[in-house]
Amino acid sequence: MSTVSSPVRGAAARSTALPAPAPRRRGPGRGWKVTPWLFLLVPLGLLVLFTYVPVANMVWYSFTSWDGMAPVKEPVGLDNYQRIFTDPDMFSVFLVSLYYLAGAFLQLVLALYFATVLSFRTRVRNLFKGILFFPYLINGVAIGLVFLFFLRPGGTLDAVLALVGVAEPPQWLGDPDLANISLASTSVWRYMGLNFVLFLGAIQSIPAELFEAADLDGATSWQKFRFIIAPGIKQVIGLMTILAISGSLAVFEIPWIMTGGANGTTTFVIQTVQQAFEFKKFGLASAMAVVLLLIVLLITWVQRRILPDEKVDLT
Amino acid sequence: MSATTLPGRTGPVERTVLRARHGLRAMHPLLGPVATTAKYASLVVACAAAIIPLVTVFMAAFKSKEEFATSDPLAPPQSWTNLDNFATAFVDGGMVQGFLNTSIILVVALVGTIIIGTMTAYAVDRFDFRGRRLVMGAFLLATLVPAVTTQVATFQVVNGLGLFNTRWAAIVLFTGTDIISIYIFLQFMRGISRSLDEAAMLDGANRLTIYARIIFPLLRPAIATVVIVKGIAIYNEYYIPFLYMPSRDLGVVSTSLFRFMGPFGAQWEVISAGAVLVIVPTLVAFLLLQRQIYSGLTSGATK
Repeated sequence: MSTVSSPVRGAAARSTALPAPAPRRRGPGRGWKVTPWLFLLVPLGLLVLFTYVPVANMVWYSFTSWDGMAPVKEPVGLDNYQRIFTDPDMFSVFLVSLYYLAGAFLQLVLALYFATVLSFRTRVRNLFKGILFFPYLINGVAIGLVFLFFLRPGGTLDAVLALVGVAEPPQWLGDPDLANISLASTSVWRYMGLNFVLFLGAIQSIPAELFEAADLDGATSWQKFRFIIAPGIKQVIGLMTILAISGSLAVFEIPWIMTGGANGTTTFVIQTVQQAFEFKKFGLASAMAVVLLLIVLLITWVQRRILPDEKVDLT
Repeated sequence: MSATTLPGRTGPVERTVLRARHGLRAMHPLLGPVATTAKYASLVVACAAAIIPLVTVFMAAFKSKEEFATSDPLAPPQSWTNLDNFATAFVDGGMVQGFLNTSIILVVALVGTIIIGTMTAYAVDRFDFRGRRLVMGAFLLATLVPAVTTQVATFQVVNGLGLFNTRWAAIVLFTGTDIISIYIFLQFMRGISRSLDEAAMLDGANRLTIYARIIFPLLRPAIATVVIVKGIAIYNEYYIPFLYMPSRDLGVVSTSLFRFMGPFGAQWEVISAGAVLVIVPTLVAFLLLQRQIYSGLTSGATK
């Protein structure tokens, strides 16, 4: 694959101090060794410093009761982990992610529907596509404020509902029974466009001959979806589903900006941030982060097992 | 209606042309008007749902305080030239500082990401060395670690480096933890013929020259993709500046806008103006770069 045909006479070759055995004419010579590492020095340094060191430290902190400042990190064994799974206050955040999980599935269904519909001939197709996609590009804080405005009492949603005769709308964010649904819906509004565009791209890469053959056979739109589109984009659907599941566990921005976690809308990540930076419980927060990381790794592992991705060829 | 093709009306050539241009296929000719109507109705409803929350905020941004208090959220403002709220948002709300900080971070982090990403891709794709697979594996594994989980510990690293509450915190984190860009460069570099490298080497060019003079310029399309995708991500990022740059002077677009909720708590017309100020640049970028954004996201999201 990567045989290089001419021996290097560059700076790197000279910089090796030890006499190397005569370089073979083809294939990697010894003098090559330093050059790639020179290119990789900074990237690898940053990778280790900002990804691997934090992960290792996080695992370490998770077995201590560290407050983030004290010079000593008192080991506490598995106490932090035990607390996450036994303290009801801690555990309830997992239930909140179920709202987002449900939202994520709704989002995938909507995205698939609109991608399918727009893959057929449609007037002003690009306009529809652009409008449905644009919310995904908007700044999260702006979305949070837009929806606070939209959902507040007497706000846009209430005004729209008044037009159709709903006189006494509920408190969309104030009512604890509704708050998570409102927030999960906001999340659907925000992310549907990305799934939709990725589905649409995948559908359009299906060879046109398949559709022509289906037309000749007199297939209905539903049959085309069922037997051509769905199998053709199975891979993307699988990937999006996995991302939706891990995404619904890692929700942070929308509830943080809109309710600050009030009214039972605290998510796992909000809880982690609060434990660490407000209550200075870095040990507990690290344990929570480790749990989330393990769940995400598990989900990804399951994905790789059930959906062997033919496209992933990175070495 | 429009979604149906009358058989025989268009010749095969025309049909192929149509398909090639739009990637469209005719719905089945027997699809009735009911289904067509339902299709357009669903599209219109979805677009209304996408637009109405934005349009009402846009209208509110032009209303005066009294007007806002008395008018219906769905009513347009009396005057589309009332820019007072924007002025308040810009000056009192600190959005000037926000746009300035975001611009600085955006430029430096993008330059850093491009240099680091292209160097990594060059080293991994063009050299065969011991540990190459290990390096690839290290980058691949890192894509699985969601940044949101590790911030608790990353915070200590950033703090230890003395970068807390400086713009460098955001810059190094945007630069040093972006693995998607590396993959975009890597994929693109595979398509650049090695014979170019070899020809340059025969002419006596060293590896750095080949990287800088030959590979880097040829990567221009991939660089454009990374600039667009990552530029949008940095502009929208809230979590990192929120954690690492709490100082008021260091507010970026997101955190400055977030701070609107305190002092302007009840002044929805000012908050709306702030949100509009943040959304408009995104809208302009989208209208200008639609095609690149769509394809960039596809290459970034599916890795």
